Amino acid sequence: MSDPKIEGYEFKPGYKGMARDTASDQTMFKGVHWGKAMMWIFLLSDTFIFSCFLISYMKGRGSTTVEWPNPSEVFALHVGGVPVPLLLIAIMTFVLITSSGTMALAVKYGYERNRKMCGWLILATALGGLTFVGMQAFEWSKLIHEGVRPWTNPFGAPQFGSFFFMITGFHGTHVSIGVIFLSIYAYKTFAGHYDEGKRGWFTSMKGNYVEIEILGLYWHFVDLVWVFIFAFFYLW
Amino acid sequence: MDETKKQDQTSTHKIGIYLWIWGLLFVLSFCSYMVDWFQFQGLLRWSLILIFMFLKAALIMMFFMHLFWERYAIVNVLLWPMTAIACFVGLMVAEGKYTLFSRLFYFFVGGQ
Repeated sequence: MSDPKIEGYEFKPGYKGMARDTASDQTMFKGVHWGKAMMWIFLLSDTFIFSCFLISYMKGRGSTTVEWPNPSEVFALHVGGVPVPLLLIAIMTFVLITSSGTMALAVKYGYERNRKMCGWLILATALGGLTFVGMQAFEWSKLIHEGVRPWTNPFGAPQFGSFFFMITGFHGTHVSIGVIFLSIYAYKTFAGHYDEGKRGWFTSMKGNYVEIEILGLYWHFVDLVWVFIFAFFYLW
Repeated sequence: MDETKKQDQTSTHKIGIYLWIWGLLFVLSFCSYMVDWFQFQGLLRWSLILIFMFLKAALIMMFFMHLFWERYAIVNVLLWPMTAIACFVGLMVAEGKYTLFSRLFYFFVGGQ
């Protein structure tokens, strides 16, 4: 996002720039706040965790001899007696994308030092996340009510339940943690901690709107993971 | 005060970019929902799901997560490890096929 100038160092674009940055006997990720680099590394490790879940799901589904439950029937909602396939999941997807959009705008307004707008957008993002978790809780209780368990279910292959609860549960945990942090950061934004450069409680780092971007990276990642879960678990 | 000065140099992107990407994500999500709605089957279904999924993921990472504007040093550190995941997927596809084969063989043909 930002490329603050480093004195005596010329930024080159592309792979040439990459080679120079890496070989410069200085910090490698130039112009990238250390917090942002660390968040990216964390997200990379999280990517591996989610990949392991999705790959084990792929292997489990691919190697069972029993027929896999049809997700568009299992996750259908009845509206006026007519089953609408994946309705709740579609709404959840749109809610999460909406919250991702408000987060992106919050980052933009944060860098423009528009405190009020940034705060309200973070709050809207938290609200979207909360709605998502609420709908997921509804979905879980509906499936549990219908007899889906991690070891059995009335629709088909018994592995279905364990993969469903593990993958969506782990993603839901990420959303919940995100909502908690969004709320804290909304408070910090409204209180002006990033304008005044007030130090946080986890760190002696001075408050700076880059923290909103770091939080945004986490939130977009949660949305990103949902894109893959939606495609592989619900649509496939 | 130096800190503030540095902040002011930070470039932000026009709001139009974010709104465009936001709109595109909505359209792509709607399209992938339509894949299920019209009950496309077989190769068409899988290819459409994958295309929409990768397009959405790319848009989110490039513009919402700003990778499009980051320096190659960090972009490459983040993206190359994904090839390990691709390898793992390939290995597990082969393994899954083998497991399915042995299950079918021993469950239905029987082993002596």
